[in-house]
Amino acid sequence: MTATAVAAPTKGPLHRIRIFMYQKVWARGLAILTLPVAWLVLVYLAPLVVLFLTAFWTTDSLTNQVVHQFTWANFQMVFTTPAYLRVIARTVGVAAAVTVLSLVIGLPMAFFMGRIARPRWRPILVALVLTPLWASYLVKVYAWRTMLGAPGGVVSWMLTPINKLFGTSFNGPGYGWAAVIITLTYLWLPYMILPLYNGLERLQDSMLDASADLGAHNVRTFRKVVLPLIFPSILAGSIFTFSLSLGDYITVQLVGGQAQMLGNVVYDNFTLNLPFAAAMATIPVVVMVIYLLVARRAGALEDL
Amino acid sequence: MHSMRLLKVGAGLAAMALVIAGCSSSSGTSGASASPGNGLPKLSAYAGPVGKGEGVLNILDWPGYALPQWTKPFTQATGCKVNVKDFGTSDQAVQLMHSGGYDVVSASGDATLRLIYGGYVAPVNLSLVPNYADINPQLKMQKFNSVAGIPYGIPHGRGANVLEYNTQVVKPAPTSWNITFEKNSPYAGKITIYDSPIFIADAALYLMKHNPSLGITNPYALDANQFAAAMALLRQQKPMVANRWSGSTQQIQDFQKGTIVAGTSWQYNVLTAQQAKAPVSSIVPSEGATGWSDTWMVWSKTPHINCAYDWLNWIVSPQVNAQVAESFGEAPSNIKSCAYTTDKTFCKQYHATDAAFWKNVWYWTTPTARCVDGRTNVQCIPYDQWATAWSQLISG
Amino acid sequence: MTLSRPAKIFFAVCMFLGLGFIYVPILVIVINSFNVDKLFGWPPTGVTLRWWSIAFKDPGVRHALLTSLYVATVATLIAIVLGTLASYGIARFSFFGRDSISLLILLPIALPGIVTGIALNSTFTTVFSQLSYVSLIAGHATFCIVTVFNNALARLRRMHGSFTEASMDLGATGSKTFWRVTFPLLRPALIAGALLAFGLSFDEIIVTTFTAGPGIQTLPLWIFNNLFRPTSAPVVNVVAAALILVSIVPIYFAQRLGSRDVLSSSGGA
Repeated sequence: MTATAVAAPTKGPLHRIRIFMYQKVWARGLAILTLPVAWLVLVYLAPLVVLFLTAFWTTDSLTNQVVHQFTWANFQMVFTTPAYLRVIARTVGVAAAVTVLSLVIGLPMAFFMGRIARPRWRPILVALVLTPLWASYLVKVYAWRTMLGAPGGVVSWMLTPINKLFGTSFNGPGYGWAAVIITLTYLWLPYMILPLYNGLERLQDSMLDASADLGAHNVRTFRKVVLPLIFPSILAGSIFTFSLSLGDYITVQLVGGQAQMLGNVVYDNFTLNLPFAAAMATIPVVVMVIYLLVARRAGALEDL
Repeated sequence: MHSMRLLKVGAGLAAMALVIAGCSSSSGTSGASASPGNGLPKLSAYAGPVGKGEGVLNILDWPGYALPQWTKPFTQATGCKVNVKDFGTSDQAVQLMHSGGYDVVSASGDATLRLIYGGYVAPVNLSLVPNYADINPQLKMQKFNSVAGIPYGIPHGRGANVLEYNTQVVKPAPTSWNITFEKNSPYAGKITIYDSPIFIADAALYLMKHNPSLGITNPYALDANQFAAAMALLRQQKPMVANRWSGSTQQIQDFQKGTIVAGTSWQYNVLTAQQAKAPVSSIVPSEGATGWSDTWMVWSKTPHINCAYDWLNWIVSPQVNAQVAESFGEAPSNIKSCAYTTDKTFCKQYHATDAAFWKNVWYWTTPTARCVDGRTNVQCIPYDQWATAWSQLISG
Repeated sequence: MTLSRPAKIFFAVCMFLGLGFIYVPILVIVINSFNVDKLFGWPPTGVTLRWWSIAFKDPGVRHALLTSLYVATVATLIAIVLGTLASYGIARFSFFGRDSISLLILLPIALPGIVTGIALNSTFTTVFSQLSYVSLIAGHATFCIVTVFNNALARLRRMHGSFTEASMDLGATGSKTFWRVTFPLLRPALIAGALLAFGLSFDEIIVTTFTAGPGIQTLPLWIFNNLFRPTSAPVVNVVAAALILVSIVPIYFAQRLGSRDVLSSSGGA
C-alpha cells in the first residue's frame, strides 16, 4: 500500500498572525494599547498641546478671534501683573488649605471606617460617605450659599441662640475666602476619605501587632508605622482635592463674594482673549504634572 | 520597547499636525473670516420666502426673553420646538455664538458689532418680517443694529440699568448714583455692581456729571486719560462692593436677605424681587444711566432659517412684545404693543416713545479705538483693553 | 493595634461629627425642596409638596435625565473598552514608556476640568464648527477611562499570572484565556469602575459646559440653567433630593463588589 502523503492542512495568514502575536510579546502589547493610546492622544493630548500653542498667539481687537501671530505678551502678562500673581498665590493657598482640612476631617473618619468599625458595617459606612457625590455639585454649592448667607442663612440662624446668650452678633463667615475653603473641603471630602480608607483597610494586622510587640505604644505605632504606610494614600487623595480646587470657578462665584481664583480668570478671559486664558491655564497644568510626578515616585498612584 | 515609543510619538505628531492644519485654515471659526476691524464679512440675507418650519429653534437670550408663556403658543403656531439658553453678560453671548448652534440671539449693543464683524450673524431681510413696519422709528437702523445701511436684526426693546435699593434701609430714597460710588457712602459693604467690563461705562458716566473737567461726552468713548480716571473710581469703589452679579436669581436673593442694599440692576430683577415681597424699589438717577437696546439677530450658519424668521416676526408682534416688555420691565419696540399691555400706563412708565428720556440713557455699545463720540484727534480705548483692565481690577 | 476605649470613642465621635458635616447641607437641600419660599428663604415659612408635583410633570427634567443617562451610558461603555485594554496592556507588558502612558491616562482626571474644557472646546469648534453629542461624549469618555483603568489595574496586579498560565497549559489560546479566565475574574472590578465612571459623567458640569452642543441639556446643565431662573429654582432642589435618594443603592452595591475580593492576599476585609 502506498501511503499517500497527507498534505499538512493549509494554515492561512490568520494563523501566521496568531503565531506571530504569540511569539512576540511586544506585538501583543502594541495591538492592545493602540486603541486607548490613540484615543487619548487624539482626543485629549492634541487639544491640550494646541491650547498651549494658542497661548503664544494674539487676538483681533474687535472680533476677539484668534490671530496666528507669535507673541510672548500673554505669558508676560501672567507673570508680571501683580494682580494675577496674587490670584495664583491665593489659589494655590486655597487648594493647600482645602487639602489639609480634608485630611484633618477625613483621616479620623477613614481610620474609624477602616480599622475600628466591624467589617459588616464598612460597605454601609463607605456608601454613606460616597452618597453625597451623587447630589449634584451645583446643588451642594448652592446649599452652602443658602447656609452661609449672612444674615438670613442657615448658619446665622443656628448662631442666633448663641448670639443672644453672649450678646454678640456673629453671623458666620458669610461669603468670602473662608466660605470658599469650607465649601470646597465639603465637596472633595469623599475623594480624600476613599483612598485613605482603602489604605488603612489594607494595613496588615501583623505589622501593627509586631510594632506593639516590640514595645511601641499606640501613638508611636501610628506615627512610625501607620503614617508612612498610608502616606501614598494621603498623596493620592490630595491629588483630587488639590487639582479640583485649583481649577474651580463655580464655587467662588456662588459663595466667594468678591474673591477671584485662577479658574475665574481663565473662565472670564476665555471668551474675549483665548490666548491669555490659555497662558493662565498652563499654570495649573504645570503644577499638577509636577505633583503627579512626585506622587508617582512616592507610589501614590497605585492607590487611586 | 522602541516600537511602543515610536507608535506613541508618531500618533502624537500626526494628530497634532492634523489639528494645527485645521486650525490654520480657519482662524475665524463659525463665520467668514474678517480682516481686523474694517472689512464687513460678505454675507447675504435670506432671500425667502419664509416656508414651513424646520421643527426646531435654538434661542440664545437674556434671561426672561423667551418664557413658556409666549414660546408655547409659538410652537403651536409654527411647529418649531424651542430650546432656550440664557446668558448673563454680552461677553457670554459672543462666546456662545462662537461655539455655534444657536439660531437666534437677543444681542445688546455691546455684542452686536462684534457678532457682525465676526461673521456670526447674517443681515436680515426686513421684507420677511411684516411686524417690522410697526417698530419705533427711534430704534430702526441704528449704529448698533445696522452697518453701512444694511440691517442686521430686529429691535426687541430697551431699558435702563436702574439703581435698585432697599426701601427700608436706604433712607431717604436716593436720587443719585453717589451712594454707590462715593467713599463716605453709608451703605459701603452692601453695594452691588454688574459683573462685566462694560460696567466701566457706568463709572465713566458718573464722572461725566461729577468731574466735567475730564471732558467725557460719551461713556463708551474714553481716551487714555478718561479711562484711567474711570478705573481709579472703580478701584476706589471696590472695597464697598459686597459682590458683583450677572445671574438675576443670586442678586435677587441678596437683596431679599439684606446682603445687598443698593446697586445697579435691571427692572426684571426689581419686579421679581417685589413679587417675592422683598422691600425694594428702583430709580433712574439724576446722572442718567447706562442701558441697553436689544436686537434679535440670526446666526449666519443656521439650519433653521424659516423657524428663525418665524420667531423674529413673532417676538415683535404687538401682543407678544407687550407680554415680554411687561414681564421683563422694559420699553417695547413695537409701537402698537402699548395697546396690549395689562397696565395701561405701562408704556408711559417705561418711556416707550419718550425720546427725551432716552437721551440720558447710554445704550451698551462696543467701545472701539475709533472714538464712538466722533473725536478724531485721539485714540479711544477699545473693548479688549477694557476687558483686560477689568480682569486685573477684579483679580487683585 | 488594640485601642483603648477612650480612643475608640474619640474616633467614633469624629466619624459622627464628620457624617454630620457631610449630611447637614444635604438635609438643607431636602428641606428646601419642600420650602414654600421660591428663593429659599430660611427658616422655611411653610411646607409644600408643590415643587415635587411640578418636578414630576416637568418635561425638561425628564428630557435632561434621559440625556444624562444616554451620555453617561455611552461614555461608560467606551471607557470600559478603552480602560480594560489599557489596564491589560500596562499590567501584563513591560516596555519603555509604560509609566508615561499610565501618567497620560491619569491626566484627564488630574488636570482641572476647566483646562480640559477649554482645550476640547477650542479644538472641537475649530474642527467641527459646532459642538454636539460627539464632543460631549468624547469629553466624558476621556475622563471616565481612568476610573475603569484604575480598578482593573488594581485587580490585574493582584491576580496571579498562574491562572493564565494554567489556562494556556491546558491548551486555550490567548483570546480564549482572556474571555474564559481573565475577564470573569476582572468583571467585579470593571463593574465597580463602570459605576464610578457613570456617576462621574452623570454629575459632571465643568467639561460639559464647554463641550455640549446647543439644545443638549444633561441634568447638571439643566440644573445650572434653572438654578438661576427665579421661577424654576425650587424644582432643582427636588431633583437633587431625588438623585440622592436614588443613588444610595447602586453605591452600596459598588462597595460590596469592590470589597468582595476573592484574590485578595491582604488580611484586611
